[in-house]
Amino acid sequence: MSDSNDPMAEIRASFFIECDELLEALQDGLEQLSEGADDPETINIVFRAVHSIKGGAGAFGLESLVRFAHSYETVLDEVRSGKLDADSEAQKVFYQAADHLSDLVRMSRDGEEIPANDGEDLIAALNALVGDLAQDDVEPEDFQPLGVAISLDLPAVDDAPATPVFLVDFKPGQELFATGNEPQMLLRNLCDLGQAEVTCHVADLPHLDQLAPETPYFHWTIRLEAAISEAEIRDVFEFVDGLCELTVTQENGAAPDNPDLPAPDAPVNDEADAAPPPEPAPAPVEPATAQAPKPDLELVPTTPKPASPADKTSPAKPSGPAGQKSVVRVDLERIERLVNLVGELVINQAMLAQSLDQAGLSPHSDAMNGLEEFQRLTRDIQDSVMMIRAQPVKSLFQRMSRIVREASAAVRKEVRFVTDGEATEVDKTVIERLADPLTHMIRNAVDHGLESTEDRTAAGKNPVGQVRLSAAHRSGRVIIEVADDGGGINRPRVLGIAKSKGLIPADATLSDGEIDNLLFLPGFSTASEVSDLSGRGVGMDVVKTSIQQLGGRITITSEKGKGTSFSISLPLTLAVLDGMVVNVAGETLVLPLNVVVETLSLGPDDVQMLRPGAHVVRVRGGFVPLYDLGVMLGYRAPRDSLEKAIVLLISLEDGTRAALVIDGIQDQRQVVIKGLDDSFYRAPGIAAATILGDGRIALILDPADVIAASGNFPQADLSIMERKVVND
Amino acid sequence: MTETTTNHSLELLTFRVAEQEYSLDIMSVREIRGWTRTTPMPHAPEYMRGVINLRGTVLPVMDLARRLNLPSREVTDRNVIIVVKINGTLTGLLVDAVSDIVAMTEDDLQPPPELSSDPQMAVVRALTVIDDRMIRVLDLSAIVPATSEEAA
Repeated sequence: MSDSNDPMAEIRASFFIECDELLEALQDGLEQLSEGADDPETINIVFRAVHSIKGGAGAFGLESLVRFAHSYETVLDEVRSGKLDADSEAQKVFYQAADHLSDLVRMSRDGEEIPANDGEDLIAALNALVGDLAQDDVEPEDFQPLGVAISLDLPAVDDAPATPVFLVDFKPGQELFATGNEPQMLLRNLCDLGQAEVTCHVADLPHLDQLAPETPYFHWTIRLEAAISEAEIRDVFEFVDGLCELTVTQENGAAPDNPDLPAPDAPVNDEADAAPPPEPAPAPVEPATAQAPKPDLELVPTTPKPASPADKTSPAKPSGPAGQKSVVRVDLERIERLVNLVGELVINQAMLAQSLDQAGLSPHSDAMNGLEEFQRLTRDIQDSVMMIRAQPVKSLFQRMSRIVREASAAVRKEVRFVTDGEATEVDKTVIERLADPLTHMIRNAVDHGLESTEDRTAAGKNPVGQVRLSAAHRSGRVIIEVADDGGGINRPRVLGIAKSKGLIPADATLSDGEIDNLLFLPGFSTASEVSDLSGRGVGMDVVKTSIQQLGGRITITSEKGKGTSFSISLPLTLAVLDGMVVNVAGETLVLPLNVVVETLSLGPDDVQMLRPGAHVVRVRGGFVPLYDLGVMLGYRAPRDSLEKAIVLLISLEDGTRAALVIDGIQDQRQVVIKGLDDSFYRAPGIAAATILGDGRIALILDPADVIAASGNFPQADLSIMERKVVND
Repeated sequence: MTETTTNHSLELLTFRVAEQEYSLDIMSVREIRGWTRTTPMPHAPEYMRGVINLRGTVLPVMDLARRLNLPSREVTDRNVIIVVKINGTLTGLLVDAVSDIVAMTEDDLQPPPELSSDPQMAVVRALTVIDDRMIRVLDLSAIVPATSEEAA
């Protein structure tokens, strides 16, 4: 990126960034189409996306990209003009073409060699769609990305190059009449300026009985040949400024800077503020690039169409990139730096608070009040910074929809891909690192989760399988779910495989849930035949590991005949956490505040022994398993008596509840998460660490993981406990 | 760690661990700090003392005596932590005391005798003699386990 100062390289880079956005818009549009949207705007968005990519690619001489985009665009234009119906067959080709287009963009960006006849079959498929209606338009070789548009407005250009020729498009608005102006006067004034040819467009005139007397239906194109400046022409219309749509274009001679663009000056448009991209701008360009314009085309329908009176009521529809919010592109590194600085600020604030507290200041002193304000501001800054990093999961989901298409084609299954909650925002890093595990899970769902079409039909199900990807915020975490409506996990087979591979003892009896979790064991694969798609030894264990590295958890639920669902629960951000600071065996620990439901103080009859070493606590009629945090973490031996211990009742996002025995509660506060990635072991149950006000480190617990791990480490518990006893 | 040519001069940081003298290539040492109380990590290997706050980052601290299977002793304020960088990762090594910095060439180093069964020898890269005392040059990459070796 920074290895060259070539300005072209920079423009090129920004072109590819735009391409990504356009491809996203393209996907969006296609999805809307497949959901049955057939309004012209949707197809316009799709068309524009492809068209803009083609335009940019042309400027950079990316031949293959231009060629493919052109074919694609040609077909889309047929849909746009209503000649081609975007049925499901066409949509399939459109999706494939969009995928291929994004491949081409990527290859062009990375400077990869694109095979000469790349995408031929897709181009052929696209052409086949328009086969019977295309006459002359599939001629990529003749294509030129820019510049010929204006010529169709010029019946005779070459005759008078000496005097400037202006094309004035004048279209009165309704208010023009209401304010007592008269088009005829204006036209006459215009004619006084020089040689004028006035064409009146009457195409919009309705039938007599539909005619509203106060509505202007006519508009005019004046071809004015005069040795004057554009400003003088505009002066004529000075009094109707804002009451009409006016475009002045110079078409020869001392043309300003860019004769290619038909509308260098924004038209004087009464809704100019609301609709920054004027309709006439795209209109003349498209016919030339999209399809060779029919030569006998009259002047009339080209420009006035989009500006007909009927459209005036809805002029503010978003068109093109200018309709989006303004966005600043920032190097991620700078944001990282900001995030780190804010993290330091929070720690620093905690230290300050602690020293003020120790200084014994009155809570009503100015310093304490100021500190409170400081805390509020820090928190606001922190939230804002976090919002910079948050991104909707949409881009990720779109990538997955492609995975589904490719996977379903590879295994010849009809799959409907449903997404939900695309607007859910997640930390950027999380999104990036989620792509690989999610890809794997989606492939698994298509390949293993869904039954073959025949099996589905036999089972009386919809032959088209469904894979559902959803995201939602739930209790301060992000839940991402991959669900299929396939046959569910074949538990006897899973058990058989696990036993035959020696992953579990041959005489083991496992509950359904335990069997399901066997899928996460390293080296497990259910595919009876290794397919191209999945099952190459890289299994769900890898998925599980990568999710855990993100501080997340993955759970699995399956119902026979109904389907399987994987649920990933992730922290919202990798940077801060609302935590409850507690004491356990002399150590300070932080628990995520959102899991803590309430605190209890145990009475003599509250704790019941289930079996030796396993206790339950009675909470309002229900029994909740009781865990001693100090023992689970190997910090101390079990307490003799649980009486008077403080207990935190926690609720995990899967709905299970647990009671944790701790020694004391210090505080509730926001803590900065410091990753433990750099340490060379992963302690089970420890999600991260944070730095306390006194500069010491406190560990942040992942309660669900602590509880899960406590079952797995009984031996470790004992040995560490013994060691502790010896050492301390 | 990075010296390949003979006659290459190098500096060693020498220090004491459980009455034994060890040394490290000074190029891998980032800083030396006094002992601060560590936060123990649950279920960690025995030689892991825990983590400390090194100016805002979490630094794992290893008890070198336990790592080398030497008798571990009471930690006092006189102990020091040598912060080393290995494979891009910072790690703290808890030692008894830092002694000196000595300059020498690779020629002054002798390969340790083959005592394959001794786990302690696997972490000693070379031996050298300074003032009639034998100094062991530690192989850092052998001491600090690779990432995720202990995971799962």
